[in-house]
Amino acid sequence: MIKIKVDRLTKIFGPRPEQALKMLAQGASNADVREKTGHAVGIADVSFEVREGELLVVMGLSGSGKSTLIRCLNRLNEPNRGHIYVDGEDITIYNREQLLKFRQHKISMVFQHFALFPHRTVADNAAYGLEIQDVAPDERRRRAEEALELVGLKGWGDNFPGQLSGGMQQRVGLARALAVNPDILLMDEAFSALDPLIRRDMQHEMVSLQERMKKTIVFITHDLDEALQIGDRIVLMKDGRVVQIGTPEEILNNPANAYVERFVENVDMSRVLTARSVLSRARVVAFPQDGPRTVLHKMTEENFGSILVVRRDYTLLGAISLERVSEAVKSGATSIEGLIEEAPAVSPDEPLMGIINVMAEWRYITPVIDAQSKLLGVVTRARLLTALAESGRETASAPDAEPGSAAA
Amino acid sequence: MSLLIPEIPKFPLAHLIDVALDWLTRHFSFITKALSHATSVAIDGVVAGLEWLPPWLLILAVATLAWRMAGRRVAILSAVGLLFLWNLRLWAPTLETITLVLMSTLIAVVIGLPLGIGAALSRRTARVVMPVLDFMQTMPAFVYLIPAIPFFGLGAVSASVATVIFSMPPAIRLTALGIRQVPADLIEAADAFGSSPRQKLFKVQLPMAVPTIMAGVNQTIMLALSMVVIAAMIGAGGLGGEVWKAIQRLEPGKGFESGIAIVILAMILDRITQRIGRRSQASAGK
Repeated sequence: MIKIKVDRLTKIFGPRPEQALKMLAQGASNADVREKTGHAVGIADVSFEVREGELLVVMGLSGSGKSTLIRCLNRLNEPNRGHIYVDGEDITIYNREQLLKFRQHKISMVFQHFALFPHRTVADNAAYGLEIQDVAPDERRRRAEEALELVGLKGWGDNFPGQLSGGMQQRVGLARALAVNPDILLMDEAFSALDPLIRRDMQHEMVSLQERMKKTIVFITHDLDEALQIGDRIVLMKDGRVVQIGTPEEILNNPANAYVERFVENVDMSRVLTARSVLSRARVVAFPQDGPRTVLHKMTEENFGSILVVRRDYTLLGAISLERVSEAVKSGATSIEGLIEEAPAVSPDEPLMGIINVMAEWRYITPVIDAQSKLLGVVTRARLLTALAESGRETASAPDAEPGSAAA
Repeated sequence: MSLLIPEIPKFPLAHLIDVALDWLTRHFSFITKALSHATSVAIDGVVAGLEWLPPWLLILAVATLAWRMAGRRVAILSAVGLLFLWNLRLWAPTLETITLVLMSTLIAVVIGLPLGIGAALSRRTARVVMPVLDFMQTMPAFVYLIPAIPFFGLGAVSASVATVIFSMPPAIRLTALGIRQVPADLIEAADAFGSSPRQKLFKVQLPMAVPTIMAGVNQTIMLALSMVVIAAMIGAGGLGGEVWKAIQRLEPGKGFESGIAIVILAMILDRITQRIGRRSQASAGK
């Protein structure tokens, strides 16, 4: 079912858009319009549909009009021409009253720089939308707490946003948007201000949250990796116009034109090729004071062939294989001290090439550590191969890409 | 020269203003006089009430208030300062001055806050209000005293009217500034959740402007104090009155005594209100 239908939407910035609209209709370029009228073209003639429960990614470089587009969907930007239908209703003709109701109940937004209210507690931030709807305080509090729990911030309600890390602040932003239980979520570069590891975490969580909630989500990003990671479909934009719409597979396999091709190429080549970009979270680790049974339990639970051992502060000590642990359990040992093997660790800037060499000698997951030997995450075979398979596609056109040839 | 250029008659600015004020006085001074009477009863009542209380009790009350709102150091400063004023036998004029300052500030804020909000939210209001503020602030403070007399008569009420006019601009300006300073992305967030303009004002803009508004209130108090002193010339009494007496009798010692008393009072008022501003800033997080 179609949830949002955007029909030939145009947004011009400036006091007198009429002439600019006329010029655009005659096929003028953005530069022409700017030169002749002094007006900037935000988006021009954009049409697409979002299905119910779909996560649609709108991707483009800065200035491509993606932020303008998402702000038209809740009319923070008033479109000059075209229509937006939500559940079949044209929201561009809503009056003030209808528009406020629409924003309160149906659609909510998550912002790039969080835009949390610094004078309100985390709970009061999460409850903001409900407060605007005049929901009673008790229910407000309850629903805000539910939303905070949903994003993993249970018990943080009484803190102020300034006391939280960037990743946590954005969770609050997400909770604030979810608390009103909207049909549609607009996410404007929601994870772009976060550092890469946190961003990846949030992407994973977003996908799993979405699996449960089945909201209709329009997600803006300039990051192809992110788009591929979370998008059901991707709308690619350039200069305020739609260049291509398709699933991640379609866009990677059949770039619609040279622009898309270059985008796909550049983003992949520069980003996929270090350990950082294929890093995943080490979700389960063992601690030196754990007994063999505990460790065995952790491993069987996660179906691991080996587990990394770290101190409480996440300094990497080494790894233990499943064989050794099960032997220790059988022989009734009480400590895992003697079982720890040294594990070959790599830095986050290690090229994939180097990791392949490490993996040739080491059968298990490869730990990634920082300069202080703190565990940042791990590289699994599966992720490495996926990344190589993706970049391998371009090696045909980029002869100096070593990892591709090394993978062969 | 005068042969070449015909004599241009002087533009009768002073005369025009006099005529306008005369007309206003003739037709409206019955209102202002009534107002004046009511206000002066109120002022006298408050002063009489404060004078009736034993000074040590008031000092204790102020010190406790300062402690709660601004911390221990300000509390000690206030207590010591006020005790010194009591010792100088300036207790009654001090009470008069404080009463005038606080009442004028209250009125200035009550009028200034809505004007500031209006100026921040509407371009048109800002275009009217801002030049008037410039005028109010640039005009030498003494000038306000002259027309105040025909409307309100000699004494504390004229003084407080002139004080309100003179001290209101920072309350308006900093309220407007505080509201306009709220980051655009927070306004956008408030809009995105369907806030009405009123909800946006009371839930986001005003709370976030509180530190700036408090800075404005602090400045208003300081200006009010300086004006209340000047207003002694039209019989406002208080510590300014003591200074005025000392000038007329050429008693430098007395003059400095009262002058120093004013400085002490200014420090106490400034420290307490400054700390309130900073405290509300701290609770707004960062």
